[in-house]
Amino acid sequence: MLKPADLMETVWKETGEAAPPAIVGARGLSYAVDRRPLIRDIGLEIPAGRRTVVMGANGAGKSLLLRLLHGLISPTDGHVLWKGRPLDAAGRRAQAMVFQRPVMLRRSVLANLQFALRVHGLRGPARRARERSALALARLEHLAGRPARVLSGGEQQRLAVARALACEPELLFLDEPTASLDPASTHAIESLIQEAHAAGVTIVMVTHDRAQALRLGDHVLFMSGGRIVESGPAARVLDAPRSEAAQAWLEGRLHFETGDPERSQAPGDNT
Amino acid sequence: MIRRCFLGLAAGLALALGLSGPAAAQDDFIIVQSTTSTQNSGLFDHILPIFAEKTGIEVRVVAVGTGQAIKNAANGDGDVLFVHSKPAEEKFVADGNGVERFDVMYNDFVIVGPAADPAGVAGMSDVAAVLAKIAAAEAPFASRGDDSGTHKAELRLWGETDVDVAAASGGWYRETGSGMGATLNTGTAMGAYIMTDRATWISFGNKGDYQIAVEGDPKMFNQYGIILVNPEKHPNVKADLGQQFVDWIISDEGQAAIASYQVDDQQLFFPNAGS
Amino acid sequence: MFFFRKTGENAPLDGFGSILAEAVGLILAWDPDLIEIIALSLRVTLTAVAIACLIGLPLGAAVGAFRFPGRTVVTVVLNALMGLPPVVVGLMVYLMLSASGPLGPLQLLYTPTAMVIAQTILVTPIVAALTKQVVEDLNREYAEQFASMGVGPLDRVGALLWDARYSLLTVALAGFGRAVAEVGAVIIVGGNINHVTRVMTTTIALETSKGNLQLALALGVVLLTIALIVNAAVMAIRASAVRAAYA
Repeated sequence: MLKPADLMETVWKETGEAAPPAIVGARGLSYAVDRRPLIRDIGLEIPAGRRTVVMGANGAGKSLLLRLLHGLISPTDGHVLWKGRPLDAAGRRAQAMVFQRPVMLRRSVLANLQFALRVHGLRGPARRARERSALALARLEHLAGRPARVLSGGEQQRLAVARALACEPELLFLDEPTASLDPASTHAIESLIQEAHAAGVTIVMVTHDRAQALRLGDHVLFMSGGRIVESGPAARVLDAPRSEAAQAWLEGRLHFETGDPERSQAPGDNT
Repeated sequence: MIRRCFLGLAAGLALALGLSGPAAAQDDFIIVQSTTSTQNSGLFDHILPIFAEKTGIEVRVVAVGTGQAIKNAANGDGDVLFVHSKPAEEKFVADGNGVERFDVMYNDFVIVGPAADPAGVAGMSDVAAVLAKIAAAEAPFASRGDDSGTHKAELRLWGETDVDVAAASGGWYRETGSGMGATLNTGTAMGAYIMTDRATWISFGNKGDYQIAVEGDPKMFNQYGIILVNPEKHPNVKADLGQQFVDWIISDEGQAAIASYQVDDQQLFFPNAGS
Repeated sequence: MFFFRKTGENAPLDGFGSILAEAVGLILAWDPDLIEIIALSLRVTLTAVAIACLIGLPLGAAVGAFRFPGRTVVTVVLNALMGLPPVVVGLMVYLMLSASGPLGPLQLLYTPTAMVIAQTILVTPIVAALTKQVVEDLNREYAEQFASMGVGPLDRVGALLWDARYSLLTVALAGFGRAVAEVGAVIIVGGNINHVTRVMTTTIALETSKGNLQLALALGVVLLTIALIVNAAVMAIRASAVRAAYA
């Protein structure tokens, strides 16, 4: 198993490039519920401007890791770093997150954008300009006045991504953003992610889709039992996994971490 | 469209809010603490407009049991007390809550019962004998049980017999703990004898097969009195307006107005001020 | 009294048909006295519900949206207060507003304002407790998204209330139902004074005590009709909101 401190170095050793500076990271990050450890002593550094894909079986702790890094939940132990310093309110304002199931306010498409931008502190003409560009980005101009919750799943997720990007985050977390979408909608979301990446936004995404990971990921973090068990360039990890957990996952087998009695039960839900 | 409906509703609420000032802007009103018998019989509806026309004073009547009316007035919640329980009224004045008590009028109590007359008291006129007979037959008897003027009068009459109604309570003696109307509704439904003031009975609309079984005993005389609440004890009392009402009620004009009130060609109250 | 013709010696209940006919007759006659009573009922009740909403909506939303020490206690108290007996509230308000009470100098006893105060006390816990439930459910859905956006406490309460607005209409309706049907408190603090504080419920109580049961029931039907109209109007708004997925 990799030591946390070695993790990113390993990724970049494999590619031979110089490691880019980390935008978000963790030191000794642990999270437990009722003394049941769900995230165990994770240390990592996510490189700025790159696309990092987090993979692993259900219950491995992927979504939990994203929420910890985004500051939605507080770690039981350790801490999250933003540009080398503890994550604070300003750091959180520079992040955005898209969830698997888009959360739409019971308002129009436009009002959903307005709310996010207003909360972000934008007023007047600046806000209206962002509203227009976000609508255009999501290709929802013709539905601006429509109640957001009557949109299709794909339209809602496009709006969710555009809403997240409208606040111009430096880093975008996505938690299985296409898990319940059809191929066309998936493609549209992937395009939005690629555009954001091209504009310099760091991408951290959870997915179960190997092909998507290859399309969108610069590199992969593979998790099992609340730990990162493997990391490396996406193609290498997904084609020639070195960890038992990643191998089992790619072959479609259930994998049980040795020495983790609580994981020898059926895999839990995707917390 | 939806939003407009929603805002319309909110505007409606706001309008309702804005409209809720005191009902009458005018200050020329007094509050009279009185009893259900005067209110329910329609007497006030008959005499108050006459008074209002003469003086321009609006009289607002709070009609509750005599016991509660006296307590309310003792709290200063009212300008005039107009009830029927002489001993309690005299105590009210003696306690400094009222200025002076005046007799106004009387009516009388009657005992009503079902046509079948299970205790066989119909037509008797000695009320003590009637009550004793009802008790002996253990025929149901519905009592107000609410410390009202009627209730106090009823208990005084039971006191002239050797019947212990407290012991019979829950058996044939049933205390409703309610106003006269509610007690009549309850009592007639259970086939009980009921003592009521004649005025309430005449104007009561749910008589069923009930008739007046006993009347005419002078002991069932029901005297009403009027008292101005003491402004020295309760500074908010509108002494001037209240005094005008008291003066008018016991004046020839007020007494004539009371005498002229009839229901079904029967005079309900007999003025006796100054007698 | 006034619009009510004297009932005869005996006015037995003639069955529901004739009660209904009498109720229709009462409405069609459009008697000014009856209209005054209905208008006062609506004025007092709607005012009380509006004030109860002004207090209860933010209070319930705050309890529903935030975790804080004593939250369970507040919830239990709110739920318990929903069952406040109207007569007890009436007596409390009477003791406050009585000339010998602390608020006596305001001279509010036996005025519609006193009735509004009593009903507000009755309705506010209902609005707050039901709002708490509605907002808590919605907050469960929104919480992560709001946390991710960095929505502050005031914005959060505001957004939850606004987004729950159609469910909250039903909450206000529950409060309206309690207030419009209430007699125990308003008869104590209002005094059921003719042309001043007489509302539908106290009129029904009065006519019942006069033994005019059929008239009382007909008035009850009128009251029910008003409640039906208000409910139908609100439900129509809500139904269109549901179609738009706003509720």
